[in-house]
Formats: sequence, structure tokens, C-alpha cells
Amino acid sequence: MPSYIELPAYEIVKRIKDQELMAEDYIASLYERIKKVEKDIHAYITLTEDLALKKAREIDKKVKQREKTGRLCGVGIAIKDNICTRGIRTTCASHMLEDFVPPYDATVISRIKDEDGVIMGKANMDEFAMGSSTEFSYFGPTHNPWDLGRVPGGSSGGSAAAVASGMATLALGSDTGGSIRCPASFCSVVGLKPTYGLVSRFGLIAYANSLEQIGPITKDVRDCALLLSCIASHDPLDNTSVDRPQEDYTKYLIDDVDGMKLGVVKEFFGEGTQDSVEKGVLEAITKLEELGSDHQEISLKSLQYALPSYYIIAMSEASSNLARYDGLRYGYRIPNKSYDWSTVYSKNRRFGFGFEVKRRIILGTFALSTGYYDEYYLKAQKIRTLIKRDFDMAFKKFDVLIGPTMPILPFKIGEKVQDPLKMYMCDVDSVPANLAGIPSISIPCGFSKGLPIGFQIMAPPFREDLLLRVAFSFQKNFPVSAKLRSYE
Amino acid sequence: MVTILVERKKTISKEQIESIAWLARIEISKKELELFSKQLNDILAYFSKIDEVNTKSIPPSYHVLDLVNVLRKDEVKPSLSKDIFQIVPQTKGKFVKAPRMA
Repeated sequence: MPSYIELPAYEIVKRIKDQELMAEDYIASLYERIKKVEKDIHAYITLTEDLALKKAREIDKKVKQREKTGRLCGVGIAIKDNICTRGIRTTCASHMLEDFVPPYDATVISRIKDEDGVIMGKANMDEFAMGSSTEFSYFGPTHNPWDLGRVPGGSSGGSAAAVASGMATLALGSDTGGSIRCPASFCSVVGLKPTYGLVSRFGLIAYANSLEQIGPITKDVRDCALLLSCIASHDPLDNTSVDRPQEDYTKYLIDDVDGMKLGVVKEFFGEGTQDSVEKGVLEAITKLEELGSDHQEISLKSLQYALPSYYIIAMSEASSNLARYDGLRYGYRIPNKSYDWSTVYSKNRRFGFGFEVKRRIILGTFALSTGYYDEYYLKAQKIRTLIKRDFDMAFKKFDVLIGPTMPILPFKIGEKVQDPLKMYMCDVDSVPANLAGIPSISIPCGFSKGLPIGFQIMAPPFREDLLLRVAFSFQKNFPVSAKLRSYE
Repeated sequence: MVTILVERKKTISKEQIESIAWLARIEISKKELELFSKQLNDILAYFSKIDEVNTKSIPPSYHVLDLVNVLRKDEVKPSLSKDIFQIVPQTKGKFVKAPRMA
């Protein structure tokens, strides 16, 4: 196995730019790896080998002719399949969009192309990003690279599994209630949900627009800062994109947490948190203290209501967003021609959507309907205010807040898929950041019985610099060794 | 004085599910109705946890940003070409073919 499939992106970029490594050879080696392990892991829905190799050859030519090359020069990237890629089918892991080929690129895709990144393929996910295990994909589940009988987390499970198993060097995911951080934690990679409004959502197939953000899934913190620097920019095509100066986040990779104040959120260690996870995260906090930071416990009372509030809001927004799938203009349409309008529409949606998507649309429609709006949707949005206020209060005392990313270790495939409520409970620690719109990063902090543990760091809005600094310091001083498996 | 709090039971009947599914234009099978009826009621029972919170004077946060009325300049920009018709499942000439109205 050539070793460069294990290298982080910044090393790959350097070698390609210095002409020590041909982009074509490196990209070809990633596809070699895919041919070996994809049958066991199933991280991709669509592979784009010919396009990727062509792009790699173009980059090699540019390098040779000493033309200017981008910050992602030649790096192979997996793209979650809810991010539109022009000319490459984008399914959202749904039968509804099985044959959908977008006529345009999402803004993040244009940015990656501008920086000479190479798209490896479209990564598996829960249908319409609704799920925490990638089992709700129309194309079948992704398997956890560390234990093939277990889930990789979700909904960006394909993206995280591809990075963890050496089938991509970088990946993009999206995070509505933890969908980047959960699989990052379960697969022992780094995942960052940016501040709401930092990264353009133009071309991201919407699930719950007031909550979601696109973000990086990477092997290490330096790569995370690199990819974030490339995708974070103001975009006039997304009205919720915030107009701020562009930043080079790699300048915040500082190995120094001396004197920083860490708040350990009590509610993140609540009922349902496995002992091994709690132990792993508390050890990580002790290690950060060894580096000179201070920690104190803090209780944010409103967080006990975060999960139900999140699901009410997400389902409500989903019911509205997914109304566009009528199967007439694009998407799945039943072949029968004799039905009337409403019947065709209802049947397209019956056969086009999976169970979880239907459950959420129906409950969301219910929560928004007359007579129930006040007690569900409006109430949840008010609790969201309380959660925001609690975070504002906490950030007056602390630089960053810390807790487990997931309350549990990666679970077995099939364990929770029949019981939606059990599946939702997995998101208890990740949804608060989405409700408050604050940034959060999940980084690996160890293993328990061979299964990865991750912890998350949260900061005030637009303080990704603090997340990267703490995460970088931890990773530099206490690296979690995670060797690629051969699966042979 | 004793105040008796009668908690309104939050459930959703099969008839309600059918009617909501119709509003959302999703045809559901008998089997799905049985399955959803149990699952949706479990989820609603869990949602009722938010009833504990007094939110009387709290304003809602529909959004986390302070952005208001974001407008773009009224400029002509390149738009999608006619190729976009390739993604339409059923067409007739240059039109999207739709089913008849009831």
C-alpha cells in the first residue's frame, strides 16, 4: 500500500507543488484503495474516477508549467451527496433524486474547484441528511471502518468513513443537528460545524435551513483549518451568508492553551452517557489542563430541552423544504399517466421517500398545523431563545465549552433503526450548537475496546479560531494514533 | 384551594395521520399507518417534555443571525441554459408535462 493515502492534505499539497508527487499517481492510489475496501465499507454512492484522473493530469501540467495552483492542489475530496455538483448526479441518498444531475455547482464546490481540489465521488449519507447512522440511505448503509458491524454515525457517515479508511484525503459534510460531528466522532476523524452563516449553503439540498451548515471532515486539525479557509466566504447567492472578511484559519493553529478557561457542561454528561465515553472525555479535559488551561463545571439548564426542541424545529422546516419534491419538474415520477394531479404527487412522494423522511414530513406538518403551531413550533423556537441565552451567559465566563460529541460509542448496524426515538437520543449532545448557531468541532480523544471516542469544543459565534487552537494543542500534545486497517 | 391540573394528552389518531399525510401529499399504506401511529405517538410523548418550560415572556428565535432584508443588486447574471430540461422526468416539446387536475 503506497503510504500517501495516509498523508494529510497539507502534506499532499506540498509534495505535489514541489513535484515530489504526481497528482495523477496519488489520485490513482486513492482509487486503488477504494477498489480494495469500498466493498466492505460502502462510503460512496457515486465514484467519479475518470473526471478525477483528468483533473489530476491538468493539475500536474499546471505544476510543471509553473502556473499558479490552489491551496488544495490535487487533493482528493469526498463530497456528501446532498451538495450539488454540476454534471455529477446528486441523490441525497434518496430514490426521489436517484437520477438527479444538478445543472449547477454549489458555491462550496466552485470554491474547491478554484483551489484545485479533486472530487473523488459523492459520499453516502442518511436520506436527506435525516439520521445519525447512515442506515437510512436508499443505497444501503455505510460500515464503520473500525468495526464493520457497526455504524459510522450520520448523517455524513460516508464522508467520515471515506476519510477514516483512506478512500479520500478530505471530505465535506453537512451538519443540521450533529451530522458532521457524530460521524467524525464515530470514525476517529476531525469534523467541524462552522458558525451559522459562515459557509454558503447555496447548492446544499435543504433539510432544515435555520440549523444547517456545510463543514470539513478531515484526518487532523491542520487539514480542517485548511479546508475551512477554502470554503468560508461570503456568498451573495445565500441570503443567510454573513459578509465578513475572508480568513486564513491555518494561522490559528497555535499550540498554546495556557490560561484559557474551559467550561465543562454538566448536561453533556447526563443520563444515557456511557461510562467509557465519560471517562475518555474527562481524561481529555485533564490533559488540556496539563497544558495550562483551567476548567470548571457549568450547568446550562435549558439544554435538557434542546433535543425535543431541535426535532420539532427540524421536522417543521423539513416538511416545508421537502414540499418541492413533486416529481414533475425533477425527481422520481411514477410511470402511470392516468392519475390526476394530487394522486400523482402523493404517489411520487410515497415511493420516492423512505420511512424516516416520511415520518419527519408528517410530524413537521402536524407541528405547523393550526391548533398545534403554538404548542410545538412556536414553543420550541422560544426554548431556542433560552438556549441561546444560556450559551451567551456561559461564554461570558469561559472561552470555550467542552463535552462528549456523542453520548455513546458506535453502535451495531440494525440496533436502533426500528426505533426512531432511540436514534434521535444519540443527538442529545450535538443539537445545542445548531440551535444556538455556534461553531463546534469534534476531535478524537481515544478508543475504548477498539471503538473511537470523540469530544467536542464549542465557541461563541465566529470564534472558530478558539476551536482550532484548543483542538490543535490537544492533537499536537496527545495524538490519537489511528492506523489504517487493511481489511484483508 | 386546590388546583387540579389536567394534562391534555398529546396523541395523534390514525385519522389525523391520514389527514396530515394527505395535506403533505404523501400516500401511506395500511402497514405504514400502523407503524407510524405507534412511532409518531412515542415521539410526541417525548416532545411533551417541553411543556415543563415556562416561555410566557420569551420571544422566539426563528433565526440566529441579525440579518434583515438581504437584497442583491438588480443585475442580469448568467442563468441556467435550456439543458435544464434534461432533468425533467416527462416533457412535451418545451413544456413540463403535468398530470391533469382532478
